[in-house]
Amino acid sequence: MKNYLPFEKPLSDLEKKIEELEKDSIANNIDLSSSLESLRQELIEETKLIYSQLTPWETVLIARHPERPKLMDYIRYLIPDYIYFCGDRHYTDDRAIFGAIGTFQGKPIMIIGHNKGKDTKENIQSNFGMANPEGYRKAIRLMHLAEKFQCPLVTLVDTQGAYPGIAAEEHGQSEAIAYNLREMFQIRVPILVIVTGEGGSGGALGIGIGDKVLMLQHSIYSVISPEGCASILYRDASKASLAAEKLKLTSQDLLRFRLIDGIIPEPLGGAHRDQKAMLETVKKEVQQFLEEQSVSNREFKPDKRTEKFLKMASYETTLNLFQSQS
Amino acid sequence: MISFSKGNTPKILKQQEKNADNPDWIKCPSCRSIQYAKQLEENLSVCPKCNYYFKLSADERIKLLLDEGFWEELDASLSSFDILHFTDTKPYAKRLDDSILKTNHQEAILTGIGKIETLPVAIGVMDFDFVGGSMGIVVGEKIVRLVDKAALNHTPLVLVSSSGGARMQEGIFSLMQMARTSAAIGTFQKQGGLYLSILTNPTTGGVSASFAFLGDIIIAEPASLIGFAGARVIEQTTKQKLPAGFQTAEFLLEHGQIDKIVERKNMRKLVARLLHFYNKGQT
Repeated sequence: MKNYLPFEKPLSDLEKKIEELEKDSIANNIDLSSSLESLRQELIEETKLIYSQLTPWETVLIARHPERPKLMDYIRYLIPDYIYFCGDRHYTDDRAIFGAIGTFQGKPIMIIGHNKGKDTKENIQSNFGMANPEGYRKAIRLMHLAEKFQCPLVTLVDTQGAYPGIAAEEHGQSEAIAYNLREMFQIRVPILVIVTGEGGSGGALGIGIGDKVLMLQHSIYSVISPEGCASILYRDASKASLAAEKLKLTSQDLLRFRLIDGIIPEPLGGAHRDQKAMLETVKKEVQQFLEEQSVSNREFKPDKRTEKFLKMASYETTLNLFQSQS
Repeated sequence: MISFSKGNTPKILKQQEKNADNPDWIKCPSCRSIQYAKQLEENLSVCPKCNYYFKLSADERIKLLLDEGFWEELDASLSSFDILHFTDTKPYAKRLDDSILKTNHQEAILTGIGKIETLPVAIGVMDFDFVGGSMGIVVGEKIVRLVDKAALNHTPLVLVSSSGGARMQEGIFSLMQMARTSAAIGTFQKQGGLYLSILTNPTTGGVSASFAFLGDIIIAEPASLIGFAGARVIEQTTKQKLPAGFQTAEFLLEHGQIDKIVERKNMRKLVARLLHFYNKGQT
């Protein structure tokens, strides 16, 4: 474990202790197994404790953790024989969004997602997962391709937001996102959306319309980044943690608001502590989604997707929610 | 509305409030000339000296676009509630009350059925004075219902945007209105419905990245600020100097993002002509 978040200090201390004890035990050839065992137990308990009382801001930090599984980890794990596609056919290939088709349990699926990198080099190539209009246009092109292959679509959302750049504005960032929002309702194959890290505003929603929308336990979904919100509403970006609280952006919030269909539990201590376990859980969720489809991909109709979104966050639904709160 | 005096960064000038002592005279925030209020109103709130576009209220806009006496408002009483119990520099509930007092309306959009040169339209007009024209649950809902009405009546849809974007005080519920409005418009357009989107100063963020840019035809008022991200955010992120006129209607026209820039005084006429073409094509 290289990266510890500030609130994970007790965990890093315990892990250090365990490591030292292990070294000691080997170097001096003494049996410390019972002390080690109790320390390991303590680590588990401490992790449980810390992760059971996360503040919204701490959740934001976990959602952004560099060691969380990223799009490419999911693609390699879920569809190892994948073939990826490039370009929006208008201008360029935006690597902030990546899409590939591959075999999942014997049948093809298409996975499209925001492409955050593992290190600085990868992050620069993929612009930290912040897409330009070309990325959204590539995404919708690949969704139409999925229709042609009649294969279900899984989109993985992990972006701070659409890229705020000069060229992005010149090339129609607004139009690109708006277009996807409209067109995703018409895509004639089942769509599963999973927010894996940051669900940042319109940039997230731009590939986030689906028949089923899930969030990983410690992911976030918000109309604006906590920093952006703080700088606009409080005129002070350092109040981001307060904004995170106010915005109600955790998976538990969204489930309570009935804006998502479920939460995918993360391994103890977050996805960054056990990538393999996280990938396996997501794999099971994808499998379940495919099993839930009652009609063949050929007969699938997207009407229910529209109904679902029109109903949720409607005046009536939210008023009921509001009244039941107070 | 856009000033290039400080570098190249466009900004929205603060609109001059009416002077309480002397309500007959209004100072133009752009050229600083003093204008006689009545004359300014007759000139459709465009400064006769420098052509600066003052904001129009939703009522003024409706008066400007529609045939007199043909306006039936829909969902006028639909009002917002503080779903997140949100407080920033002031409580959201207070912000809503202030906006209701200021605009005399319940929300940042008026929707209804009207006529333009005798042709029926379903029309929605945003009011920037209501929490920055931002889109929350009620704005989204009113648009969705209006689009349904347009589909039901087989009338063209006109939306006049004037908005800072999604309403932060309603958090994720606001974001979902981008999806809801886009879904409704998509269904309407798929059935052959015509949607004219009129962009006024400013149209940004979650409004520009949803229904505002889904128009079959997109028309803007001169010099309007239109864009996805805020200029300041772009400058800070890219560390680049913004090009002259960045995110103005003229800039968007040049980059193929909109169809036309139309002066305020000609807007009604142009919309009417399009509606006549559409109407004749249908019969």
